[in-house]
Amino acid sequence: MSFPWARQYDPKNPFMRWMDEKLPLPRLVYNAVGAGYPVPRNLNYFWNFGVLAGLALVIQIVTGIVLAMHYAASGDIAFNSVEHIMRDVNSGWLFRYLHANGASLFFVAIYIHMFRGLYYGSYKPPREMVWLLGLVIYLLMMATAFMGYVLPWGQMSFWGAQVITGFFSAIPLVGEEIRVWLLGGYAPDGATLNRFFSLHYLLPFVIAGVVILHIWALHIPGSGNPAGIDVKGEQDTVPFHPYYTAKDGFGVGIFLILLAIMTFFLPNYLGHADNYIPANPLSTPAHIVPEWYFWPFYAILRAFTVDLILPAKLWGVLAMFASILLLFFLPWLDRSPVRSGNYRPQFRIWFWVLVLDVLILGWMGGLPPEEPYVMISQVATIYYFAHFLIILPIVSRIERPLPLPNSITEAILRPGKGEQQAPPGMGSEHQPGDPEPRPAGQEA
Amino acid sequence: MVRLIAFLVGIGLVGVLAFSLITGAVNFIADPPQATVEHEFHEEPRDVAFASDGPFGHFDRQQLQRGFHVYRDVCAACHSLGLVTFRDLEQIGFSEAEIDAIAAQWIREVPSVNPETGEADTRPAIAADRIPAVYANEVAARAANNNALPPDLSLITKAREGGAAYVYSLLTGYQNPPAELPAENRPGPGLYYNPYFANLNLAMTPPLTADGQVAYAAGNPPATRDQMARDVSAFLIWAAEPKLEERHALGWAVIIFLIFATALAWLAYQNIWRDRH
Ligand code: HEC
Ligand code: HEM
Repeated sequence: MSFPWARQYDPKNPFMRWMDEKLPLPRLVYNAVGAGYPVPRNLNYFWNFGVLAGLALVIQIVTGIVLAMHYAASGDIAFNSVEHIMRDVNSGWLFRYLHANGASLFFVAIYIHMFRGLYYGSYKPPREMVWLLGLVIYLLMMATAFMGYVLPWGQMSFWGAQVITGFFSAIPLVGEEIRVWLLGGYAPDGATLNRFFSLHYLLPFVIAGVVILHIWALHIPGSGNPAGIDVKGEQDTVPFHPYYTAKDGFGVGIFLILLAIMTFFLPNYLGHADNYIPANPLSTPAHIVPEWYFWPFYAILRAFTVDLILPAKLWGVLAMFASILLLFFLPWLDRSPVRSGNYRPQFRIWFWVLVLDVLILGWMGGLPPEEPYVMISQVATIYYFAHFLIILPIVSRIERPLPLPNSITEAILRPGKGEQQAPPGMGSEHQPGDPEPRPAGQEA
Repeated sequence: MVRLIAFLVGIGLVGVLAFSLITGAVNFIADPPQATVEHEFHEEPRDVAFASDGPFGHFDRQQLQRGFHVYRDVCAACHSLGLVTFRDLEQIGFSEAEIDAIAAQWIREVPSVNPETGEADTRPAIAADRIPAVYANEVAARAANNNALPPDLSLITKAREGGAAYVYSLLTGYQNPPAELPAENRPGPGLYYNPYFANLNLAMTPPLTADGQVAYAAGNPPATRDQMARDVSAFLIWAAEPKLEERHALGWAVIIFLIFATALAWLAYQNIWRDRH
């Protein structure tokens, strides 16, 4: 949609022409994910993960709706209604295992998608809004997954809800009131289960709405690319369809194979055994841990062990929220004009340290809060905050980027051989003669 | 401005963390964490293979039937199996007539209402009934078991780390406490030392005490304690995951289809991009 050479929708079939006049929905699709969307021709496999996350959302919604037909959100029968799904409902076990493992693979796809953005500077102008909307989606996903995990009403469901809503009681003065308001009682019970089910059903559709905004915002400047430089002309792009639909088709195949392996052969591998014990408010599990995709944040939460001005618990909660909120400021923290990590020798090193650091945080978050794990979490948490708040702003100031290729086509034909020393601003500013971005749907 | 604020926030958080870290490190050195006794004497479940293991796993119906007999003759005295109906036993190879007999002769009747007086009553179980609960409620269960609660076994192989191997190890793991075990960790009255149980002392009386305790039909392996423990663990895998065979079979069909479809998608991708690489 954004480039003048984008193909125009030109229906031949009289019905489609009639449709195009009355409701140009096919045109919208054509321009969004069809031949009418020109995409840089040098995308690598990391650009598959947006489509894969979208597929995962669809899988969650479809399997979730089937589960909701048989599930009962009441403290007395929720656990048994899930077992009813597993034993009595036709293919119920399939839908439940797809839904539970689909949630995990959804997060795998999202994390790769986000780290792709971090490495290739996708959060930088002109795509800041795409990044910000992505973070909104991520927050909504976390809320959805947390509430979904409460629904089977096993021990981890109950105690996870207890611990996570307990964060709010760290807020001074009103904390306890907020917690009781969220739970609808003093401890998780039937009221909690009902409201979580209601929201767990609602939020995925809110996510779908934000996904549309996310893609809309992306289509204004067009997709980024691994070289991090702007599209200069038609030779730099290919139409989304059939080029990237074909590539995404292959990616979807791999993703579904992974999902099938988990669902059919390791369905409970990523879950916690305690969640097959019915919720019991009188018996606290030995180790309360959230689902694996929250482990890095759980490690950050527990890294604060000393009261210093504020109580340790409040520090932990603040830091945990800060660890995500700071990502909203990333476009303004990293001011390097070069987007792609391929051309940023220093940034690239720190990036991989960050990847390692988050993996360590995840590992520690799944372990009991004992020494030396807590000390390791503390070192890793220090690096996490230092990376974004201190190192990245400094690196973007002092680093000397490698020479950028002159164009995407050249980056493909002669990989790694830039023609010119990158002047500041190269690769991120709009070049003279670039088309002015236009909002979606207005090019017709 | 943003970067200045970020820098200050960053320094602040790093400072608080560094303080926590130093405090933790000082404590760690001054007072190194001691491994707890539970930790030291606890043992991981033993290695034991079941026919249902792995992606090709299937149930050994003979074994499940033997395991059911162990459950019925031993465990059912204390443990319920509330998610399983008698009719489900058809899946492990019992005939309808056998199931009717099993239900009618079950050691407990199911609660019902007397059709004449309307008073609470019991009647013999039928095939459609769930396996009847052992105790009227938790208080009764605890009163009969030294204040411990025998858990329902329907999901036990999914509800414990280690699964069926854990159940097997627990059943065969009763032993005399080692001489080095500190006095406060020795089993009190009504408790039994078992290193596979998290806190080492279990309130379940050793259930499998003698070879031949359950009468196995001719043609089966001898009913040693080890064999009975294996068989009942295998039966409990089925009870927790009755759809396992269906899942494995469908899994292979789906994955073979997906590999084929993905290979085609790969070829289509290569073909479409031929002129662009
Ligand atoms: C005399 C009654 C009795 C019999 C018979 C009995 N159990 Fe138990 N069982 C208990 C009690 C009581 C507990 C609770 C122990 C505790 O919490 O300390 C228990 C606990 C268990 C546990 C759970 C341990 C854990 O990790 O919490 C398993 C598994 C188990 N029994 C299996 C069996 C099997 C299999 C059989 C039959 C071979 C059996 N039991 C026979 C009384 C019994
Ligand atoms: C963003 C998308 C979604 C995510 C990340 C998600 C995540 C989860 C998770 C982690 C669970 C717990 C699974 C378990 O341990 O069994 C769950 C359960 C559940 N979800 Fe979702 N879900 C999503 C969308 C939906 C939708 C759209 C619906 C219904 C319309 C739905 C309905 C249910 C139901 C009924 C359960 C409880 C049954 C069960 O435990 O299997 N979910 N969800």
